[in-house]
Amino acid sequence: MAALPTLIRLGTIEAIAYRAEMVVWLLTTTMPLVMLSLWTSVADEAPFAAWATRDFVAYYLVALILRNLTSNWVAWQVAEEIRTGTVAGRLLRPVHPFASYLGTHLGAVPLRAAAVAPVMVVLGFTSGRAVLVTDPGHLGLIVAAVVGCWALTFAVFLCLGTLAFFLDKPMGLIEAYFGVFAIMSGYLVPLPLLPSWIQTMARWLPFRSMLGDPVAIVIGRVPDLGDAARLVAQQWAWATGLLVLAAALWRRGVRRYEAFGG
Amino acid sequence: MASGRWRYYARLLAVSMRTSTTTAMQYRADFLVQGAMSIYWLGWNLVPLFVLYDRRATVAGWSFEAALVVMAHFVILRGVLEGAVNPSLGAVIEQIRSGAFDYTLLRPADSQFLVSTTRFAPWRILDVLGGIGLLIYALIRIGQVPTPGQIGAGLAMLGVGLVVMYSLWLIVVASAFWVVRMDNLVYLLSSVFDAARWPSSVFRGTWRIVFTFVIPLAVMTTYPARALLGQLAWPTALACVAGALVLAAVARGIWLLALRNYTSASS
Repeated sequence: MAALPTLIRLGTIEAIAYRAEMVVWLLTTTMPLVMLSLWTSVADEAPFAAWATRDFVAYYLVALILRNLTSNWVAWQVAEEIRTGTVAGRLLRPVHPFASYLGTHLGAVPLRAAAVAPVMVVLGFTSGRAVLVTDPGHLGLIVAAVVGCWALTFAVFLCLGTLAFFLDKPMGLIEAYFGVFAIMSGYLVPLPLLPSWIQTMARWLPFRSMLGDPVAIVIGRVPDLGDAARLVAQQWAWATGLLVLAAALWRRGVRRYEAFGG
Repeated sequence: MASGRWRYYARLLAVSMRTSTTTAMQYRADFLVQGAMSIYWLGWNLVPLFVLYDRRATVAGWSFEAALVVMAHFVILRGVLEGAVNPSLGAVIEQIRSGAFDYTLLRPADSQFLVSTTRFAPWRILDVLGGIGLLIYALIRIGQVPTPGQIGAGLAMLGVGLVVMYSLWLIVVASAFWVVRMDNLVYLLSSVFDAARWPSSVFRGTWRIVFTFVIPLAVMTTYPARALLGQLAWPTALACVAGALVLAAVARGIWLLALRNYTSASS
């Protein structure tokens, strides 16, 4: 754990070295903007089920910020390293591989924050500003929710990447994951607008804690502080549980890997 | 002479397709996985559409059925993209990085043809079939059989859309000659392409301009759908054909320019 600050610093340097790539990756998150354009033109005609234009503006801009701030590519990284065998080098090091992955991706956060800062400024100038929460209680919970969101996303991606130990083609799985995530997290359409059977399913899955719930708190859709705190607690519980799962998968995977690797 | 060239390239294409199919046949389980994935994606794609039209009869003048026709075109186009365009052109980027592209250049056939036909993902045909099924379903719901003229116009516009899509992807891949790490630019284009599932007129302002002129998504899915529904004016259709031809020529030009700039990674 003493090595973590150094690992994070390395991650930041690496992220800055490959900044052009990072920016292109961030730009691939066009979906919230496309959906923003779509829903605002719908809501301009008449509010859509208690969602006015400014609600959609706030929802998708906050979603864009949160997604770019808390996402990472550890699933691809782990899967690729397992496929090519470079993961063996990591296994030789005295720190747990998860610590070095953590360093790399935590180190990229400052650059991500810098990249989303303009979006925050834009948000401040739009009609969406009016619905953002301002009371200290909610603001405190938002900080916890953003940290939890990062941790949960990292844990989910670690699980997905680690599955490359067991599967030949983990990319198909990652693609399928994203399909479920896009609907179940509220990435495409805000959760309250989805058909009720999907909402019921979403309640029992971690995806909503990765995007929809934190965004709902930010844009004032969870006015009761107790409810908001419960959502954040649920998110942290998912993050902890999935991190434990990822570690367990990793341990099993490494044993397997050694069994047939050389 | 000219017909001989054509026959030569047709034969090359057939060989390449046969190789890809033979390779794909070795992974027969993939067929089931891909089939399941196609159906699953088809369903998921429709969720936002259902949400939207659950509370609205029309959006920007588009009925549910008409929007479904656009969606069907999107599914078909994406099937072609993932089945025929991305596998080949994605491989080029890797070849440029590793230097293996030299061997492509040494071959006696046109390099653009070679890099566009190296690899196919035959199972993606299921996506295309799913799209066609969706299209037929939407037309049945509309309850009006398109006239032969409308079908012809729709197919022609679909061809235009395919040309535009291929040209855009070729331009992005050609840029890999200058900036090697370009695979994420392909992802960027793919993510923008996702917006083509919606009729272009539901977008406003900047996006509409971008989707009509910069990355002409409208030409790829919305106009073919309009043509099939008999709503596309002739001048617009002809402008699209002209635009597609110009874009194809530009893409060809950029490709040739890129080749001249190519300095092998291996030497």
